[in-house]
Amino acid sequence: MGRFKKDEKPKVPSINTGSMSDIIFMFLFFFMVITTIREATLHVRVVEPVASEVQRLERKALVSYIYVGPPINVIYGTEPRIQLNDVYANLSDVGEFITIERLARNEIDRQFLTTSLKVDKNTRMGIVTDIKQELRYASSFRINYATRKGEMFRN
Amino acid sequence: MELLFIHRLANSLKNNFMAKKTPELNTASMADISFLLLTFFLLTSSINTDLGINRLLPPPPDPEHKQDDVRVKKRNLFTVLVSAYDQLLVNGRPGNIKTLKNEAKEFISNNYNDPGLPEKELTYIEHIGNYEVSKGIISLQNDRGTSYDMYITVQNELTAAFNELRNGLAIEKFGMAFGSINFDCQQAIRTAIPMKISEAEPRDLGGRK
Repeated sequence: MGRFKKDEKPKVPSINTGSMSDIIFMFLFFFMVITTIREATLHVRVVEPVASEVQRLERKALVSYIYVGPPINVIYGTEPRIQLNDVYANLSDVGEFITIERLARNEIDRQFLTTSLKVDKNTRMGIVTDIKQELRYASSFRINYATRKGEMFRN
Repeated sequence: MELLFIHRLANSLKNNFMAKKTPELNTASMADISFLLLTFFLLTSSINTDLGINRLLPPPPDPEHKQDDVRVKKRNLFTVLVSAYDQLLVNGRPGNIKTLKNEAKEFISNNYNDPGLPEKELTYIEHIGNYEVSKGIISLQNDRGTSYDMYITVQNELTAAFNELRNGLAIEKFGMAFGSINFDCQQAIRTAIPMKISEAEPRDLGGRK
């Protein structure tokens, strides 16, 4: 008789949340490994063109970026502008920028410094050609046209 | 008497070392902290893999040293001109972007030793042996008004032509795709099919900026 007492409420066992933090930490480390810290705040709109024959940029520490595109804030107009680091720049600043970037690198690695041109696809080639000329005179010959990977002739 | 003493000793030992339970740490907030860190990293980082087309710029022209134009035979030159209106002029004739890759491949490989297509030079290359290296050069010229999109498309097609030729040779010689053979073999194939894309000094023709 006494074995079938029912007035005791069944207790739901508490869930051990101790391992939850481990799982979240695992997520955290996963994201830390696969992502990179944003290198600059973009002030220009860059929609990269699509290309199929792309190569991965290796050794990111040896890459300096030049952004070209129409300003995001319309008060600066719609003409494509050059962005170096975090600010708008003129064409004449490119050479100095490359020199500073080069000095910041290890002496052995300087020859491998690559300039990644992140140019909006609607830009005219004039400004890109000018930058390329500046890079040539700054003796920075390795360049990379940043593109998205995709099939050509999608349209 | 002795037995009782031992018993007491054992009891006291038990009380001192064993019976003490460590209180459980409350780890519920740990997950919150790690969530906070996770969101911070999610916001500040970006998953952008840098992809792109690699190119090597030529050194600037030397103003003191008189630039004596390197004469290239007409048969060794494949000119691609992109106008300010994104039209193609391939070897002086209007071209089409969709056939550009195959035209470039035909030009570089010159399989039938056409006298109108580039010369070849028999050279010995390690890992491959004797191979007829093409002397063809692709000359790319664009206008200041050309759109960047079109320029990249043309660069991409020309790169694709070389990549496909290299891939073909890799399969023929090593039985594997270019990407999966070792570095020395890749270097050998690079010397057999050099990527010669020359960009002319810029000039302004179209007038559209």
